[in-house]
Amino acid sequence: MSNAQIEIQLIASLVAIACAIPGTFLVLRKMAMISDAISHSILPGIVIGFMFIHGSFSFVDNITFLSSFKQFLITYGLESPFIILLAAFSGVITVVLVEYIQKTGLVKEDTAIGLVFPALFSIGVILIAKNANDVHLDVDAVLLGELAFAPFDRLIIDGTDIGPKALWIIGVILIITITLLIAFFKELKLSTFDKGLAASLGFSPVVIHYGLMSVSSITTVGAFDAVGAILVVALMIAPAASAYLLTTDLKKMLLLSVVFGVLSAISGYWFARFLDASISGSITTMLGFLFLLVYLFAPSKGIIAVMYREKQQRTEVSLLTFLLHLKNHDDESERHVNHLNEHINWQKVRSKTVLELALKNNMIVIDNKIVSLTPKGDEFTTQAIDYIITNEDAQIEDMKDDFFLFRG
Amino acid sequence: MDLTEYIHLVFTDYTLRTITLGTAILGAVTGMLGSFAVLRKQSLLGDAISHAALPGIAISFLITGAKDSNTLLLGALVSGLIGTFWIRGIITKTHLKSDTALGLILSLFFGFGMLLLTFIQKQPNANQAGLDKYLFGQAATLVESDVWLMAIVTGICLFVLLLFWKEFKILLFDKDYAKTLGFNTKTIDILITSFIVLAIVLGLQTVGVVLMSAMLLAPAAAARQWTNSLATMVFLAAIFGAFSGVFGTAISASQNNLSTGPVIVLVAAVFVLISFVFSPSRGLLFKQIRFIKNRRALELHKTLAFMYHIAESHANISHPHEIKILNGFQGYTKGTLKKLVEKNYVTLKGSTWSLTKEGFESALNLYNQLNKDDE
Repeated sequence: MSNAQIEIQLIASLVAIACAIPGTFLVLRKMAMISDAISHSILPGIVIGFMFIHGSFSFVDNITFLSSFKQFLITYGLESPFIILLAAFSGVITVVLVEYIQKTGLVKEDTAIGLVFPALFSIGVILIAKNANDVHLDVDAVLLGELAFAPFDRLIIDGTDIGPKALWIIGVILIITITLLIAFFKELKLSTFDKGLAASLGFSPVVIHYGLMSVSSITTVGAFDAVGAILVVALMIAPAASAYLLTTDLKKMLLLSVVFGVLSAISGYWFARFLDASISGSITTMLGFLFLLVYLFAPSKGIIAVMYREKQQRTEVSLLTFLLHLKNHDDESERHVNHLNEHINWQKVRSKTVLELALKNNMIVIDNKIVSLTPKGDEFTTQAIDYIITNEDAQIEDMKDDFFLFRG
Repeated sequence: MDLTEYIHLVFTDYTLRTITLGTAILGAVTGMLGSFAVLRKQSLLGDAISHAALPGIAISFLITGAKDSNTLLLGALVSGLIGTFWIRGIITKTHLKSDTALGLILSLFFGFGMLLLTFIQKQPNANQAGLDKYLFGQAATLVESDVWLMAIVTGICLFVLLLFWKEFKILLFDKDYAKTLGFNTKTIDILITSFIVLAIVLGLQTVGVVLMSAMLLAPAAAARQWTNSLATMVFLAAIFGAFSGVFGTAISASQNNLSTGPVIVLVAAVFVLISFVFSPSRGLLFKQIRFIKNRRALELHKTLAFMYHIAESHANISHPHEIKILNGFQGYTKGTLKKLVEKNYVTLKGSTWSLTKEGFESALNLYNQLNKDDE
């Protein structure tokens, strides 16, 4: 691996970690779409920052304060932090606007999000188009980033090359994020899961909310340069969503989403090299693939597990119905195996599954095609009826553990 | 270029006429269907669908190798539908919430689409240039057949909308009731979602993947402010959408370097802004005015009640009192006093005031809600 390759993977991994941390909280707080809105609406901030530095505003030179401020930024090499702050500010503005519109009660929250960010993004796109000559930004770069070129933009201090600029930017942001995470972990955790309790204990929900929003904005902007708007959203939401399907422990979830993020960043890089296509697109694809795997195969919350459980429960409910039927009818004709098909209206396969399950669990005996309850089956049914009468159906689930040798 | 010249051009110039007509039709159909998306609280679904359509475009190009807009849009439709149903699957089958599902599908599908697009760009196929117009849309590439397609789809939408009007309406406002009446809510749901996907896909060529959701939302959100009736809202949204298209095209045509999509979105946003501020019943401006009016009325009542309590302690209710004693009272201003005089509740004589019989009566009944016309 060449130096540039290692640097690209390092930047991608750091971006993944920096995004996964706020992303986890956004997913838990049901604000995932805010990250999408922020990633689009920081565009005007970035463009205006660019234009300010590169002199597209003629009025800047006429106002002494602004022109000296610009001079100050350029002399101290603070252009990128300035643009990042400006863009992050426009991200926070989005959040404020969305909340303001929502508060007026004229439209619902999701509509408010959907109205604000396309408008801001349009302004950004138009500004870029109008100043195409001055601003070295193009819209493709905005959406996709230029990860492949990141190693060529070096940070040089006093003539020595100390690494790619993007690496430093995202590194600093990551350190800030981690520091804040460790410092305010319990506040964040509390306000995420129990807003009311957090507020009554004196942690201002507003401060925590805007803190999280500011960190998300800054991370988005910092990552934006390297990987583009869409990958930022994907890196925030996808690892957290995958992790959420695997665990319900916050610390584990954070850890898992970081691992997922880094894994897809590195595998995505190699996949992109193989296809000779966009790195950020390929990282997103890897994230998608990972999510698909988790979505299908997660042990208790994956689709397959859920469907299996649903099928199991359907059979067990049928079994219970069947046992209740047996208990209610002493008549031999009612308990004949063939009769059950027509009486309870089940298909053949279903009746067979239910009968077999009942037999396996010693709930019934079949004597000359006449089904009757065993003492164990009788006891089970009696208890179940008790629970049903007292409206405590949920208890039946626990009871099943005591009685069933085999599940449906 | 002045206005009359521009209007003349719209009718004579082929390109301009096609684009204007196309964006107008597009605005109308998205406004119409967007009303349903907004009322069903699915506003962001449009955003997710439009992003999810991108891989479909790329894949259908990879398969056919041709840049025929109809087959590309068919691909977009299929992948948009897959995205929509996956979102539904995530929400119903797992404990992930709708916002996570939307954001997930949006970014993952879009990223995959971009991967395919960059992959296609490296292919030695001269035909591939210009696929990226679907990102931000390029109204200038609209041709007459595209406009016809839009018109036909709009016609079908309108027909289905009218045919199933009451089903859509009942599903929108009371899903459980619709179920108990025996309507197949699932089918109606799928039908309406599919039409929303269709409308979004139609707009991709003009407005692009990124901004399409605003076309769906903005006209509907604006229309919502002016009415409480579904039919009026759908109609108004269609009008707003169409005008956004026409104005947006006009503005972007009159200047260099202005892409049509973002301008249309901004025009639609202006419609929303105006509606938010100036709508008579819900708008912020009139709400504020009503608020101030109510406060004034309350102050008037408070002053009257205060006077009543003073007058009460005298045998003659019209006994004159110094105006000065009102000064310490919070609700009292010169304006309220003048208003009270106008209403004939109070008479002024020099520096004194006295309650009239009428004023006394109305103050007596002030907290009696029967006295409605006492503004």
